Amino acid sequence: METIEQANAKALKRLLDGDPVLIDVQPAGELLTDIGERTILHAGPPIGWSRMCGPMRGAIAGIAVFEGWAETLEKANRLSEEGNYCFRPNHDFDAVGPMTGITTISQPVMVVENRTTGNRAYCTINEGLGKVMRFGGNDEEVLERLRWLRDVLGPAMGTALRQSDGIPLKPLIARGLTMGDEMHQRNVACSGLLLRALAPELARVMSDRAALAQALTFIAGNDQFFLNVAMAMGKAIMDPVRNIEGSTIVTAMSRNGTDFGIRVSGTGDQWFTAPVEMPEGLYFPGFSADDANPDMGDSTIVETIGLGGFAMAAAPAVAGFVGAGAASEAAFFTRSMGEITIGENPEWTIPALDYQGVPTGIDIRLVVGSGITPTINTGIAHKEPGQGQVGAGVVKAPLDCFDAALKGIANRLGVA
Amino acid sequence: MSDKKHPSRSLLQEPIYVVNVGLEGFARDLENHGTPVLHVDWSPPARGDARLANLLSKLGG
Repeated sequence: METIEQANAKALKRLLDGDPVLIDVQPAGELLTDIGERTILHAGPPIGWSRMCGPMRGAIAGIAVFEGWAETLEKANRLSEEGNYCFRPNHDFDAVGPMTGITTISQPVMVVENRTTGNRAYCTINEGLGKVMRFGGNDEEVLERLRWLRDVLGPAMGTALRQSDGIPLKPLIARGLTMGDEMHQRNVACSGLLLRALAPELARVMSDRAALAQALTFIAGNDQFFLNVAMAMGKAIMDPVRNIEGSTIVTAMSRNGTDFGIRVSGTGDQWFTAPVEMPEGLYFPGFSADDANPDMGDSTIVETIGLGGFAMAAAPAVAGFVGAGAASEAAFFTRSMGEITIGENPEWTIPALDYQGVPTGIDIRLVVGSGITPTINTGIAHKEPGQGQVGAGVVKAPLDCFDAALKGIANRLGVA
Repeated sequence: MSDKKHPSRSLLQEPIYVVNVGLEGFARDLENHGTPVLHVDWSPPARGDARLANLLSKLGG
């Protein structure tokens, strides 16, 4: 049998060898195996209706109305309580979703293919800022935007991408890191770079000039448009790292607003969970920590591949935005994450650290041994359904997940 | 006996330079009295949890 070090070296190689390319957009029902009517995918580890937080419930009510599975939000809540919908994690369907992470059959999902291994991963299109479903928003304005994504932008992006060779994401991320993005709470550069690649393709396939202008305006006006692409990319990179016997490398971190869960390569798809923590951050005018929901979303997949909080040094502006301290302190977070990772990514480097690669490959042994947990940059949702985003901050992954995972892999290896 | 043989005798007659390992409170107390301190952030493996530390050693951590 391989040693743990050999297994982890194999895991790191697979992670670094990933070659993610954005290739398509299609309705989730066409792509996600076995997703059906009245199945609602959510962020984080598995959870039932009774334990779901407010924004998750709000988003579920909204999507049930959007899909025509309930006439009103109130009826959707009642149907949820009565067990009429099947709730499953995105991760079970090769998918990820930000914040509430709601995915259903008619929503368009972006497709990222890992050309090294051939696997694909999926994520919905980013809705923009403000009152949106990923933060629990569910009113008519939110649903109308989802209809436009389903009927106009999604099909146009799909056609445009299928007529191109796809958009390689590894070089795009490399440029974004040198332009001040960390790809979780700051995606200004990458959203612009993506628009630059996508705009000519959209122009070729959209004959309706008004619709084209609306599509380009929507993407150009959303600094976080790239986040969902980065997430699908993270999932496409990390999935081939699963199931390496003996490996102690984290393959997924995710939160559902109630629990934080991690998966580790050597223990397959088993979730190790602990109560999720509250982000510490800055709030929009009129809101405070009293309004905040605990942390949530599958977006932590970007930290799992060395971006987000792990790449804070590349994005000093984000340190201030998420309340993590002065811009000059951003490098501290990246160096600290170097204590719990087994390598660096030579293709994703940070100018402010003399082109050091982002810290990559979280080893649960290093987390448990040092007591240093992954730093995650995150948005903050209002705790009540239907309210939307109230701020942004930093949250730590709970240590208990890693302690449980260490015991889990020790059991599996027969050394407990 | 001279101070050269027993350097501890002259210790408090010269400026003190402190390296503090572990509990940060000790470093703060000295700093509050004007003594320069280099603090080393350290804690026992697995936060002192013997069972986890034992597992870590078996798993090569």
